[in-house]
Amino acid sequence: MASIPVPDISLGAIAPEITLALTAVVALMLEVFAEKKGRDHIAYISLVGVIVACFITFRLAGDPSWTTFSGLYVVDRFGQFFKLICLLGTGMTILVSVKYNKDEGIDNGEYYALLLFATSGMLFMVSGSDMITIFMGLEVMSISLYALAGYTRKRARSNEASVKYFILGSLSTAFLLYGIALIYGSTGSTQIDIIAKAVSSGSGVEAVLDLGIVMLMIGFAFKVSAVPFHMWTPDVYQGAPTPVTAFMSAGPKAAAFAAFFRVFNVAFPSLQADWWVIIWILAVATMTVGNVIALLQNDVKRMLAYSSIAHAGYILVGFVAGGALGSSAIMYYMLVYTFMNIGAFAIVTVVGRKGEEKTKFSDFTGLGYRYPLMAVALVIFLFSLAGIPPTAGFVGKFYIFMAALKHGYVYLAVIGVVNSVISIFYYLRLSVMMYMQDEPGEDLPPLVFAPSLIAVMIVAIYGSLWLGIMPAGYISFAQSAFLAL
Amino acid sequence: MLGLENIWLVPILPLIGAIVNGLFGKFMSKSSVTLWAVGSTGLSFFIAVIAFLNLLSLDARDRVFEKILFTWIQAGSFTAQAGIQIDPLSAIFLLIVTGVGFLIHVYSIGYMSHEEGYARYFAYLNLFMFSMLLLILGNNFLLMFIGWEGVGLCSYLLIGYYYEKDSASNAGKKAFVMNRIGDFGFLLAIMWIFWTFGSIDYTTVFPSASQVLPAGGFAVTGITLLLFLGATGKSAQIPLYTWLPDAMEGPTPVSALIHAATMVTAGVYMVTRCNALFNLAPTSMIVVALIGAATALFAATMGLYQNDIKRVLAYSTVSQLGYMFLACGVGAYVAAVFHVMTHAFFKACLFLGSGSVIHGMSGEQDMRQMGGLKSKMPITHMTMLISALAISGIPIFAGFFSKDEILLSAFLGHTKGNLVYWILATVAAAVTAFYMFRLYYMTFSGELRAEDQHVRDHVHESPNVMTVPLIILAFGAAFAGFLGLPIIEGGHALNNFLGPVFHTPGAPEHPHASLGLELFLMGFSVSVAVLGILVARHFYYVRPEAATEMAAKGGFIKTVYTTLQNKYYIDEIYDVVIVKPVVSFSRSFLWKIFDVKIVDGFVNSIASFVTDLSSLLRKSQTGMVRNYALAMALGGVFFVGLWILALGN
Repeated sequence: MASIPVPDISLGAIAPEITLALTAVVALMLEVFAEKKGRDHIAYISLVGVIVACFITFRLAGDPSWTTFSGLYVVDRFGQFFKLICLLGTGMTILVSVKYNKDEGIDNGEYYALLLFATSGMLFMVSGSDMITIFMGLEVMSISLYALAGYTRKRARSNEASVKYFILGSLSTAFLLYGIALIYGSTGSTQIDIIAKAVSSGSGVEAVLDLGIVMLMIGFAFKVSAVPFHMWTPDVYQGAPTPVTAFMSAGPKAAAFAAFFRVFNVAFPSLQADWWVIIWILAVATMTVGNVIALLQNDVKRMLAYSSIAHAGYILVGFVAGGALGSSAIMYYMLVYTFMNIGAFAIVTVVGRKGEEKTKFSDFTGLGYRYPLMAVALVIFLFSLAGIPPTAGFVGKFYIFMAALKHGYVYLAVIGVVNSVISIFYYLRLSVMMYMQDEPGEDLPPLVFAPSLIAVMIVAIYGSLWLGIMPAGYISFAQSAFLAL
Repeated sequence: MLGLENIWLVPILPLIGAIVNGLFGKFMSKSSVTLWAVGSTGLSFFIAVIAFLNLLSLDARDRVFEKILFTWIQAGSFTAQAGIQIDPLSAIFLLIVTGVGFLIHVYSIGYMSHEEGYARYFAYLNLFMFSMLLLILGNNFLLMFIGWEGVGLCSYLLIGYYYEKDSASNAGKKAFVMNRIGDFGFLLAIMWIFWTFGSIDYTTVFPSASQVLPAGGFAVTGITLLLFLGATGKSAQIPLYTWLPDAMEGPTPVSALIHAATMVTAGVYMVTRCNALFNLAPTSMIVVALIGAATALFAATMGLYQNDIKRVLAYSTVSQLGYMFLACGVGAYVAAVFHVMTHAFFKACLFLGSGSVIHGMSGEQDMRQMGGLKSKMPITHMTMLISALAISGIPIFAGFFSKDEILLSAFLGHTKGNLVYWILATVAAAVTAFYMFRLYYMTFSGELRAEDQHVRDHVHESPNVMTVPLIILAFGAAFAGFLGLPIIEGGHALNNFLGPVFHTPGAPEHPHASLGLELFLMGFSVSVAVLGILVARHFYYVRPEAATEMAAKGGFIKTVYTTLQNKYYIDEIYDVVIVKPVVSFSRSFLWKIFDVKIVDGFVNSIASFVTDLSSLLRKSQTGMVRNYALAMALGGVFFVGLWILALGN
């Protein structure tokens, strides 16, 4: 009698994902029993879930890499590092959300459940060693994000953002799935290390494989909002509730980059000589278009949306560079980016008042007089985004461009430096608005600084400054975790 | 070595001051703010002096002390240590920055006493000290760059200090943007250096430069030109100089500290620090010398017609920095550092003196409103006179020795075109003497021209806390030159001290001139300076009185007077043939066309090109989902086509 083979199932490996999913369920349950007012505890319980997941991830990070679930899932330091970035983004987002959601009347358990589900999707994506795992994770993440983007139902812009994101996201999913299907058709597998063997031995059908690779690339390029697949980004970032925008700009992007990087470096290293050209073009187009359009924006959220596009371009530079240096540069940059970008968005939520978002540049005039500490914090985030020393953003950029130079991509590095010079202007413009111009005459009620927001700002300032002054520990951590090929 | 081991305290102390005053200054009394700010700088000066003495006690060959504090970035083969290095070159800059910085802190106590945001001002000033000291003491290019950016940022903050004034915030922005263009060059140069040497540590790069880089090759020329682009931004040389005169919107002590004595000399420090690279690149040396000499003359002529006392000094700073680069360009690095030092004394003194005048004149900066302040502000008058003599290059005063050495080096230099530079620089010396004494006579001699009675009544000498720094600086302006006595062989203390730093492969020989030639050139440059002073005296001291008399007498006497005026026709001819054309050339071409149209126009046209591109691209963002989907599809087709046609295989 033939025995039924039991796949090896190691639940310990996916304990962080399980923790998040369970916490999400708890958040949903609590929502049922919660009072009309005073539902902060749901947020804080979610935060505890994230912290526990962080802790477990950290414990798992020590081991050498191993695969489980019949090769569907891999536990390695590369994945664990990106998981920590995703969890950091989620944790900070929860803190940003507490007060904002109360003001907007959307402080529901569902909100936090969606955040946590999205995060568990990201973690699966990051650790997927099979196209199917990656795809499932990506969809769990994306569908939660579609719902989150439209979470402020009463606002037309938010609804519009949700629908746009959904339609275009579906299109990109189609690309991705078609790519996976074609690659499967050519190589006979969805598991990335088996694909690698088939590709390098040349046993696949070449034309089908080629098409599949490009399709796959387009799918990922959409998720990291690379030009020309970026157009959803400004509209969605602007329309979505600000904490959701902060969330989308960090974790999901990190997860998409991790999967993108893993698939291309594990499955197709033998074709690197071909695909780096496309990534090169994507990197240059993304940096340049993002920075140039950002110059003319008058809305802070939109400006930050274009800035996040530009930052995706810098990360793609690290992708082109590749190798241990390139991958650790990406990891370090993504970490820094999470701190500084969510920090900037946190301040955007503070400047908005109860029931209305204030995101015009002109809404920021004179803040330097009235809220000096907050203005200094925003200046730190903006300078870090611009890459002005001694902030972490400078070290991150320097590291990425160094990696590109080291591997001989001189033009790419120079274009990157030119771009970072251009970017100074719009970050500077906002800083200047805060300090150099008088505030509008109208009397506005004072801004409220909730403790949760102060906490998130302290974390973000720590990340944006300390990682720039003492980056050595984090860089060596990233290096110890680079993708072993 | 007590001082050397603790040298890291020198930048850290002002940083602590900046943090304390920046965070808690609002809650502290004025006197404790002062204590933190001035105390930390004073202590840092004290440690710098001890370190300097320790360095002197070492053998000349061992005068390099490096201390690694921690590993800053470690990435693969790339390592950046955060470390501190002190050698004779950085020691000289260290003394200038901490010494002059300390005096200016003291002066600021008086100058800023009535201003709002006292703590904020001192926090920025201390932060500036920290960044500048980091720039000087860093042991690698990246640390230098961080200090470099830091001083730019502080300068920007301090120019915009009066942010109620629109012009101040615009000037701040202009300074920042212009500096970014220069910094971009610097950053590219650092990356290029890393790419060729695999390191950015001075101790690795400079000794191996002559083996790694072929002399006169593309790489070394490119690196040095990019470095120099950085220097032109920070040190306000053609074409990136226009921000400095505008930067005078900041408080006067800031102009003295940042925009005269220290920050703007960072470019000179960088070039002298990288002498091992510049020596290998003759083309770059020509560029440096030419830009330096041209800036020296251009900026001097631009100073001719200014009526704002601080703007005159600003153009003069640009011009003097030109001399320093000229010295670098002809390989006379010691002369460049020497001039940095003497310039720090006399220019800081001039700026602080002008601040004292402005303070006494209730904020008036227009020299046409001044005059006759000699008796009312005796100390300010005396110190400014000494400094004006020093900058004009009159013997025994400090500027004479350093400027003379630069002119001599240019005359004898190995860099191509050295005589052209010498001529430019000598003419500039005459113009300098002229406009400095124009400033002197307009401010201190004759009658007070202010119309406002309130201003007239309140003219007073500044308090001791302001005049004592002036006196100390004037002392330096008078005697610092003796450190570099030219004629007595071996008497050039500075040369002996700095020499080892500049003994790198390819370094030009120290020029040796016969005593006769040296004396002749010296005499020539002194007579040129004296001529400039006399012309200024004639136009702004002698003739205005004659004109007043003429107007006063009137009637018959006036007619006689007009007849007798024949001898003044010469003046008229001078005026028409020399002064007017020079002035109008200066005003209409150099300032209105060269400065505003060409330089600013160039910068603006780049900006408008990017803006146009940006609005064009923005139009593609229609908000229509179908258009976005189309863009994605087209992008997909493009990449598939690219892969199939050009890549796969």
